[in-house]
Amino acid sequence: MTTVRRSDAIVVGAGIVGAACAAALARDGWRVTILEKSFASAGTTSVGMGHLVAMDDSPEQLALTEYSLRLWRELAPALDARAELDRCGTLWVAEDESQLSALRTKRATYAAAGIATEVLGQRELSEAEPNLRKGLVGALRVPQDSVLYPPGATLTLLDVARAHDAVLRENVEVREIIPNGVQLDGETIRADVVVIAAGSWSPRLISGLPIVPRKGHLAITDRAPGFCRHQIVELGYLTSAHVMTSESVAFNVQPRSTGQVLIGSSRELVGWNAATNRDILRRMLERATNFMPGLADLSVIRCWTGFRPATPDKLPLIGAWEPIPGAWIAAGHEGLGITTSLATAQLLADLIAGRATQIDAAAFSPMRAMDAVHA
Amino acid sequence: MSGTIEIVLNGRSLRIESGTTLASALLNADVGAFRRSTSGEARAPLCGMGICYECRVTVDGIAHERACMIVAEAGMRIETPGGAS
Repeated sequence: MTTVRRSDAIVVGAGIVGAACAAALARDGWRVTILEKSFASAGTTSVGMGHLVAMDDSPEQLALTEYSLRLWRELAPALDARAELDRCGTLWVAEDESQLSALRTKRATYAAAGIATEVLGQRELSEAEPNLRKGLVGALRVPQDSVLYPPGATLTLLDVARAHDAVLRENVEVREIIPNGVQLDGETIRADVVVIAAGSWSPRLISGLPIVPRKGHLAITDRAPGFCRHQIVELGYLTSAHVMTSESVAFNVQPRSTGQVLIGSSRELVGWNAATNRDILRRMLERATNFMPGLADLSVIRCWTGFRPATPDKLPLIGAWEPIPGAWIAAGHEGLGITTSLATAQLLADLIAGRATQIDAAAFSPMRAMDAVHA
Repeated sequence: MSGTIEIVLNGRSLRIESGTTLASALLNADVGAFRRSTSGEARAPLCGMGICYECRVTVDGIAHERACMIVAEAGMRIETPGGAS
């Protein structure tokens, strides 16, 4: 009789990326332990919008988001009510003629990636979203995009992992990543594979990892069912979100399944200061009411901040961390971690297993950061 | 307090004491559920002073008005979406 030894894998972090990695590795037959310093979804996963979106700010980002959206469509039947999945689509809104031509370019880029879109003219846009201000020249509708509640989806991914014998240990702080293992307080755990999926907190475990916390504000209103029907984003969002300026705001609203309107977005580089910045919040809400004047009649019942794990080249770090044997990174997704969690997990599982990946993973190698330093 | 006035609660006429807040008026009329939470639970006034937002009702078509902060006026139309009348 032969005994098949199941190899051990540790995933550090039970946010949506860690949960997805745990599920993918457990399905591959790894004996997975997930170590979470707080509780599942306690970090950036619980403070974002949950917009599943094809994003075209670079060919690599578009390939990763599109691949991940395919994986979300495959997972969709397994998601339950906790995930609050809403296939509402995205509207990218143009304010003037120059943005309208940018919309057409965007449409062509999506078409080349196999993503169907439609251009809405002024009247169609007004009919699709009556609460948008008059005079907006048009929009690009991306019907395949959707919205979900990230902590709920994370619970499903953890369920999948546990169904394949993974174990989640919460309130466990990893002190150090060691060769083929991790050091806790008074406990060393050995594993063939250690995946660091600790988002913005990852550099505390791997010094020199080029990830910084990029702060964002969100606000949510009282219930106003039907106020908006799509995730609506101004075309200028890419300029705000994906250029590494010190601070910016952009119009970005989302309908929640409760009928509430979730309002974003802002970006700031202020270290780990989580306090609400009233000036940024005011500018963000002014931007939102500029596009949707009726928002001013709704009450904001809660606002909060979160820290996106941002990298210098706007791409996540997915792959082997060569300085430490057995260490792998799945972090640095900034504002796209919900969307790209599933593709990240599948790429990483394929790389670990030595299988071919569905899309080219070279651009996401964590070692590119080291190469840049030493070039 | 002297006299009574008439308001409209969920489409039905309701005679209440004048000078009372909407919250008092509805409680006097044995309204148990002013609204429903997202999970369907009944909600009614808790703090009575505008802080907790549990007593929100629709007043003359405007949603999410705090019943405890509004003095009832004759002819006001009140809706308690999802709540009992």
